[in-house]
Amino acid sequence: MIEGAIWRRWVFFRLPMAIFLIFLLFPFYWMIITTFRPDGELYIPWYRANYKPFWTWNPTTAHLKYLFGETTFAIWMWNTTFIAVVATAISLFCGVLAGYALSRLNFRGAALLGTTIFVTYLVPQTLLFIPLSEIIRAYSLGDTPWSLILSYPTFLIPFCTWLMMGYFKSVPKELEECARIDGATRWQAMLYIIIPVAVPGILSAMIFAFTLSWNEFIYALVFLSSPEQKTVPVGVISELVRGDVFFWGPLMAGALFGSIPVAIAYSFFVEQYVSGVTGSVKG
Amino acid sequence: MATVVSVSDGGIIVGKPKWRPLENEGNLALLLLLPTVALLLMFIAYPFVRGILLAVTNSKVGVIGDFVGFENFARLLKDPIFHAVVYNTFLYTFVTTVFKLILGLWLALLLNRDFKFKAFTRAFILLPFIVPTVLACFAWKWMFDPTFSVINWMLFKLGIVAAGAGVNWLGDGDMAMLSIMIVNIWRGVPFFAISLMAGLQTISPDLGEAAAIDGAKPLQRFWYITWPLLMPVTMVVVLFSVIQTFSDFQIVYVMTGGGPANATHLFATYAYQLGIGTGLLSQGAAVSLAMFPLLFAIVIFQLMYIRRVETR
Amino acid sequence: MSNVTIRHVHKHYADFHAVKGISLEIKDKEFVVLVGPSGCGKTTTLRMVAGLETITEGDIMIGNKIVNELPPMDRDIAMVFQNYALYPHMTIYDNMAFGLKMRKFDKAEIAKRVNNAADILDIKEHLSRKPRMLSGGQRQRVALGRAIVRNPKVFLFDEPLSNLDAKLRVQMRVELKKLHQRLATTSIYVTHDQVEAMTLGDRVVVMKDGLIQQVGEPLELYNNPANKYVAGFIGSPAMNFAETVIEQVGNAVYATNPTMKIRVPEQIAARMGPHKGKPATLGIRPEDLHMATGADPEELSFDAVVEVAEQLGSEIILDLKAGGGAMVASVEPTVKVKPQQKIRLGINPRGLRFFDAATEAAI
Repeated sequence: MIEGAIWRRWVFFRLPMAIFLIFLLFPFYWMIITTFRPDGELYIPWYRANYKPFWTWNPTTAHLKYLFGETTFAIWMWNTTFIAVVATAISLFCGVLAGYALSRLNFRGAALLGTTIFVTYLVPQTLLFIPLSEIIRAYSLGDTPWSLILSYPTFLIPFCTWLMMGYFKSVPKELEECARIDGATRWQAMLYIIIPVAVPGILSAMIFAFTLSWNEFIYALVFLSSPEQKTVPVGVISELVRGDVFFWGPLMAGALFGSIPVAIAYSFFVEQYVSGVTGSVKG
Repeated sequence: MATVVSVSDGGIIVGKPKWRPLENEGNLALLLLLPTVALLLMFIAYPFVRGILLAVTNSKVGVIGDFVGFENFARLLKDPIFHAVVYNTFLYTFVTTVFKLILGLWLALLLNRDFKFKAFTRAFILLPFIVPTVLACFAWKWMFDPTFSVINWMLFKLGIVAAGAGVNWLGDGDMAMLSIMIVNIWRGVPFFAISLMAGLQTISPDLGEAAAIDGAKPLQRFWYITWPLLMPVTMVVVLFSVIQTFSDFQIVYVMTGGGPANATHLFATYAYQLGIGTGLLSQGAAVSLAMFPLLFAIVIFQLMYIRRVETR
Repeated sequence: MSNVTIRHVHKHYADFHAVKGISLEIKDKEFVVLVGPSGCGKTTTLRMVAGLETITEGDIMIGNKIVNELPPMDRDIAMVFQNYALYPHMTIYDNMAFGLKMRKFDKAEIAKRVNNAADILDIKEHLSRKPRMLSGGQRQRVALGRAIVRNPKVFLFDEPLSNLDAKLRVQMRVELKKLHQRLATTSIYVTHDQVEAMTLGDRVVVMKDGLIQQVGEPLELYNNPANKYVAGFIGSPAMNFAETVIEQVGNAVYATNPTMKIRVPEQIAARMGPHKGKPATLGIRPEDLHMATGADPEELSFDAVVEVAEQLGSEIILDLKAGGGAMVASVEPTVKVKPQQKIRLGINPRGLRFFDAATEAAI
């Protein structure tokens, strides 16, 4: 692709690419190395001669032991997983049906409703968290996983709906018509033909919804209070930071392990995720 | 058979459909949309109304307030911290968006070439975007630590700073703003890059080649061919990003908590501090709602833009 | 009895009158082709028969039952789509079995019918594959198979061959014809290709702008087009037209313009009474023109200038300037002409047609 001398390839491609990769990935390297570095090596000021940032010859699992032994990190992981899975399931169910209706059925108000859902997709969580916290309290859902399971769909459903609308539009209308001539009702045509054909779209909505709910922070911060109810992001911030004291080893271990589930989910579905990113902007 | 028939004159039968309410498109649509509409009404529309009601009363946690009209908003107008919040938020949104666009576009152009391990690289590049922001922010906070900063060590080794005179990343107001901007850019660049790359892939390489044959140099090809064709995707990505950045909470909450001395407060963090931190629900709700006019304007702009692009 | 009756059917969309009151009687076992340019209402008509579009006005009957209100599933029809509409997530077997499953046939019967159809269409070895693993022609067969397993009252075809390449299209056309001869199921076939219409149809319906122009057997349309539109649409290369004025000279009637003076044959001249002194369009098919010889009378020939000569082997297609416009003639392969050469063309008088210049109806 890049014509000309080798130096051109270095200047215009390899060097910038390398700098981008270092900038984007170094924090993860730092997370990992800190997780396995003994405290004695961690707390050396940067201007000392014995500050050796990039490697350790004395790896330790002390921070991991602290994280899983002394804190309720494992419970936070379970809470986050449970909430993310249930919220994703609810959102997919609603979003797939709504996306189907909005993209493939003719009815009055379809355009208006589609626009409304697009607008709610753009409403940031930070606009509504205060009144929502009041409502959660009024429904007696405060400090339960259900406060999040029911509120996460507010940003997941519009997203799933929008993504699925785009996907359904790409499925030829004739498939449905053929199914209806073959003897299927509209409902059966949707269930047996269009939804199975849309599985790749559903997968990318699923993986996206899962990472979004795994990463959600402000609702979890506001709605949950007891340590054993918390999700990973909130648990880490409230239990591993005491006043001004940061437990950097366990913190980085927590950050690392809290990122692993999304990273795994992501690695299985990179293609779907990427098409989700691009689908969400193309609409 | 599946039909109930009525015989009319001349042996002609009028087929009457079985009663199947879901064969009617309107009915089926209603059923399919019911769960979504119910959830959105309960958890978006209702909170929105409640938010407005909160903002015009003087409620505190556990105390239902009286109607006070626009007093909360009037107070904000006189509040110097709120002035700083407005300034900070606009500055933060503007600077990070510009850098995310430039760097994201550059990375997209790099990724759009053919090279070894392309899929692999692309997968790794998205990591900052998919990993929980709060957790990634802790890594940055640790990298910005006043005493143990690895970034200061690098600057020290490069001879930019002297021992004992490192950059006070999060302790100084301006540097703290720069720090949170860096983190925001770090998190946003992958999203820009991947989205813009998808946009680039829809542009036929023939166009660039045709322009090259017409004698256009690489920069000219980018400016006259690629950039205009990429514009629709760019607009959508930028507007999404502006909305996200304008209403950002997590990065500031973790990195600086709005400090030092309120130098990095944004709408969302200030609303949190007032509404949840100090329990002044009404004032917090008022700060949140103050974001609404701008967000609304962006959404309207975006809808109009999408409509224009679609009808073109 | 699975005849199909279309009575005064209209279709209005929000701001478009797509079908403007057409009536058509399709007999049991008949193969009828609807042909016309895009936007002529042929596909809309077919979709109204299928139940995929509502009928704004009029009635459609299948057998002796008015089906206006019935959903597609209750009409006992099968349809083959232009893009085949194969269910991509199902195997070929399941694609063909789907309609039978929906109608609650038992497993053994489904297997029997699917295998039988696969035999007829020669796709047996593909039954366990997915549609995307098949070539265009094979997919087309699957789409046909899916229609025939159900043994419906009526087959509907919506431009089923237009996604195939030229060679395959000809081959599938023949197979469709054979299939219809074998199954004798009432069929309605939509196409924009007049060759397909002529070769496949027992009767052909030419449509334009939401109206039926003419209904008839293929040769009838070719020999006796009802108007200028049908005359120009049927036949390839298309019929030549020249604007003329009808004049009576002595006993004879002539169609004249500055470059032509053609004598109108007796049997047509008898009908020319009301057209005398008025403009009329002369129509002559390229195959009814030939290089004039001494045997051709002057009143049945005219001058032309060759622009391009296309040698096809069995004939030569001459693109000409003549009669005040462009014309095409199909002449013997042995003729030697050069571009810009002036030639004289003779007319086979039985090929002459005349159309009213205002109404375009045949005279």
